[in-house]
Amino acid sequence: MGSIWEYANPVKFNHTAGKVLPWVSIGATATLVIGLIWGFFFTPDDYRQGSTVKIIYLHVPAALMAINVWFMMLVTSLIWLIRRHHVSALAAKAAAPVGVIMTVIALITGAIWGQPMWGTWWAWDPRLTSFLILFLFYLGYIALWEAIDNPDTAADLTAVLCIVGSVFAVLSRYAVNFWNQGLHQGASLSLDKEENVADVFSTPLYICIAGFILLFIALVFLRTRTEIQKRRTKALIARERLG
Amino acid sequence: MIALLIRDLKLAFRAGGGFGLGLAFFLIVTVLVPFGVGPESALLARIAPGILWLGALLACLLSLDRILALDWEDGSLDLLATSPLPLEGVVSVKALAHWLTTGLPLTLAAPFLGLLLSLPTQGYAWLVVSLALGTPALSVIGTFGAALTVGIKRGGLLLSLLVLPLYVPTLIFGAELARRGAEGLATTTPLLMLAGISFGVIALLPFASALVLRVNLR
Repeated sequence: MGSIWEYANPVKFNHTAGKVLPWVSIGATATLVIGLIWGFFFTPDDYRQGSTVKIIYLHVPAALMAINVWFMMLVTSLIWLIRRHHVSALAAKAAAPVGVIMTVIALITGAIWGQPMWGTWWAWDPRLTSFLILFLFYLGYIALWEAIDNPDTAADLTAVLCIVGSVFAVLSRYAVNFWNQGLHQGASLSLDKEENVADVFSTPLYICIAGFILLFIALVFLRTRTEIQKRRTKALIARERLG
Repeated sequence: MIALLIRDLKLAFRAGGGFGLGLAFFLIVTVLVPFGVGPESALLARIAPGILWLGALLACLLSLDRILALDWEDGSLDLLATSPLPLEGVVSVKALAHWLTTGLPLTLAAPFLGLLLSLPTQGYAWLVVSLALGTPALSVIGTFGAALTVGIKRGGLLLSLLVLPLYVPTLIFGAELARRGAEGLATTTPLLMLAGISFGVIALLPFASALVLRVNLR
């Protein structure tokens, strides 16, 4: 196998991604179908929240991914800036729209859940607010990719924006915490907590989380492949014009 | 470095540039608020610190694309990049010039606009302190945004989209400091946080700004 940097070669990446993609897609479909059906139909209603508790199977995985996708973009941006592997920059570009959709899913399912439980669609709670800010960061990042023609310049600028944005996102998270007290509960899935979600609910939840992760991997592989092929087509067309 | 600063200041003052514009915008925003929410002075006093901070922030935002765009268009930015002064120094001076022509006047004008919004007496000093501490951060962050978007035609809207999320922590602590000052609460925590953000940003962000500017000049 050799080192992980072999996959910086677009041909090698495309080849491997193409081989892995069907399996990841099947895995994502299977875990999502099992997790969601189990979650929606074969778990009991919560004694206080009734059946609304089942929104958790979309809300928690989406929220988890929304943050981790940004983190993945941060890592790939750093790799691009340090080692100049194009695949890395393209993977960050490919991940951003997935991340923004995850953020929107988390916000919308949260609102739908909040309406019956807290009596309001929206509250300026620290967690909700930081997700809204994260959404704005994603929008700015994607808009910057779209605005610049030269692909290398775009990759450089967005990478720096991603890094600076990460620092400010963390700062905002703490600023928002300081600014208002929350309605939202704390972490529900940590290892040593009394307030964790009960086991009946958590097993299908873990399956759903695995499903979202696999789905994300599948989408990023697919989109990165598309970006690579798009760039190759552009290069071919340019060569055609010259020759 | 000083020559560059003086040049930038002269340009801002003389060219009918952004100098008066930001102040006028700040005034108009503040005057419009009572039309929007009603003239009741208790309500105005309560929201005054937030409105003044928001107005100052928007006035700052308005003039950001002037920081680098004009120098980019006439090519003087290329000259500056090849000059012995490191690009980090150039962007720092640019940010300083922007602060002197926008942040500082806004800070000085804010107490008078506070009068219009019936800001409580003990709030004036804290309002000025919070703006004096916070607006440099706005200028430096804005310079980073300007450096990111300098190569883009009609990048003004994109600049706002990129810079506004970065302004969130500064706005939160700045407005909180002004609010606590006006209500006579303890001000130490937001004061220290705001100072921390400002100094941290002034120390570190010019490196990022210079980096993206180099990419754009490539």
